[in-house]
Amino acid sequence: MLDTQDDGYMTADGRKIGGVAMEMKNITLRFGGVVAIKDISFDIRWGEIRAIIGPNGAGKSSMLNVISGFYHPQEGDVFYKGFKRPRMRPYQVAQQGIARTFQNIALFEGMSVLDNIMTGRLNHMNAGFLKQALWWGPAAREEEENRAKVEKVIDFLEIQHIRKTPVARLPYGLKKRVELARALAAEPEILLLDEPMAGMNVEEKEDMCRFVLDVNDEFGTTIVLIEHDMGVVMDLSDRVVVMDYGKKIGDGTPDEVRNNQEVINAYLGVAHD
Amino acid sequence: MPDTLLFAMEAALNGLTAGIMYALVALGFVLIFKASGIFNFSQGVMALFAALTLVGFQNGQIPFAHLINAVLGTRIHYFGWNMPTLLAIPATVAVMILFAWLVERIVLKHLVNQEPIILFMATIGLAYFLEGLGDLMWGAEVKRLDVGIPQGMSGAVDDLTFGWFGYGFYLDTLDLYALGIAAVLVTVLVLFSQFTKEGRALRAVADDHQAALSVGISLRFIWVLTWSIAGIVALVAGIMWGAKSGVQFSLSLIALKALPVLILGGFTSIPGAIVGGLIIGVGEKLFDFFMQPFIGGATENWFAYMLALAFLLFRPQGLFGEKIIERV
Repeated sequence: MLDTQDDGYMTADGRKIGGVAMEMKNITLRFGGVVAIKDISFDIRWGEIRAIIGPNGAGKSSMLNVISGFYHPQEGDVFYKGFKRPRMRPYQVAQQGIARTFQNIALFEGMSVLDNIMTGRLNHMNAGFLKQALWWGPAAREEEENRAKVEKVIDFLEIQHIRKTPVARLPYGLKKRVELARALAAEPEILLLDEPMAGMNVEEKEDMCRFVLDVNDEFGTTIVLIEHDMGVVMDLSDRVVVMDYGKKIGDGTPDEVRNNQEVINAYLGVAHD
Repeated sequence: MPDTLLFAMEAALNGLTAGIMYALVALGFVLIFKASGIFNFSQGVMALFAALTLVGFQNGQIPFAHLINAVLGTRIHYFGWNMPTLLAIPATVAVMILFAWLVERIVLKHLVNQEPIILFMATIGLAYFLEGLGDLMWGAEVKRLDVGIPQGMSGAVDDLTFGWFGYGFYLDTLDLYALGIAAVLVTVLVLFSQFTKEGRALRAVADDHQAALSVGISLRFIWVLTWSIAGIVALVAGIMWGAKSGVQFSLSLIALKALPVLILGGFTSIPGAIVGGLIIGVGEKLFDFFMQPFIGGATENWFAYMLALAFLLFRPQGLFGEKIIERV
């Protein structure tokens, strides 16, 4: 997955970050008269964990929705793998290897955990439906391969004990994990996580952090993540974009961002005297 | 064996076959409900329209003949050839797929993420539109539909039961064929929805549009696919009902009989539609047989709805429907 371009860098913990995978150029998104995103540009490099942070209503989720094709910006372009991306529907973006999770979990509630995760493999299945229905030749092999991949993801996220449980019965923290599993099953090149730790207790948060790091480490997946918990963000991410009122007010390593006056003002408020 | 028991058995047998006919219509409803959560009011009319189109093709009728004649002052009605059934059926299937595509293009596309009640209203509109279109295209007279399925008393059943009980049961051959066709149809549909990726995608779309998009499923493709399959099921129902009682506009009303079938079987279960159909069919025939002396005839008009009502009290999700789980 790592780009051969040599403009990457090494992280302190020894991971190689590659060239630019995706670039946002002057993105502006409006809903009627409301401007959700104002002229924002930033890039995402192969292999990195890129966080987008900001106070409530800063436009973080809108940004993620632009990347995943759910929203279409009025101005600006998204460049993916060096090419300008035409206007795409969300399912086409997904087929390009960009998987995501949602802030308010979007799982198939009526289906079992296993079936939910299997839907992540839909784009990796090619056999004709007649063959699939009859469990015939290549279709059977394909289904087995896909099942094996899904089982690996299930093992990885430690959800073996709930594989046959209907998703609707699961507690919130596990649902979040199943959603991550479904996104991982697609073997994405870029994984978008919208507040993966929101509403979790400390233990669940720690688990989720570990999973995010492991995914990045083991599969080399590029991760874009939105998170409120500053501690989590600063620990996890390689680079951080800070948004406030739809504008970008900071961009850089966690340390750079932490010491940025504008960011401090946005989070702590400014004294008016 | 006492005569009453034999007569009751015959009534039950005929109930089973009538139930299969109800189930054929109910199947179409289940398919669309499973895939989009829409109760498709126009399913009955789709069956009518498919049957009309099939007869029209077979007889070489010119579509919109009355309209053309009224506008141009001509007197054309038929092309003057007959299309063989084996050709007319695929042609009708093509028309139903085109219809599915148009429905997605013109109606559903604009109603993504709307409340189910809005979509339901849209299908009511669609039902009336399609009924009008069928009338305009092929004319309003009752037509005979013959696709080569033999009709009349089944001699084999008569002989067999005479040998067993000394009394031959009456069973229409057409109903026996309906049984076989329904069995094949259900098997194919169940295999499709449980074991193919399209089937899995279909269940996913039914559950959550947004999530389905995020795993790379095209909603539009799935909707066209579902409505096409529902159209083909409607054609099968249209053929069987049309062959039984002629292709006429009252066919669209059989859709109403499918409602209690769905309540019994569950709105989301394909085998449920069959089992529900059979229970309704047998139930209403036996009820009529035993209760007629006390409360008079024509119980078949209301028995199914009564049964459905009683069912709603005890098992609102139907026999095979998905139980709604709500965490509080």
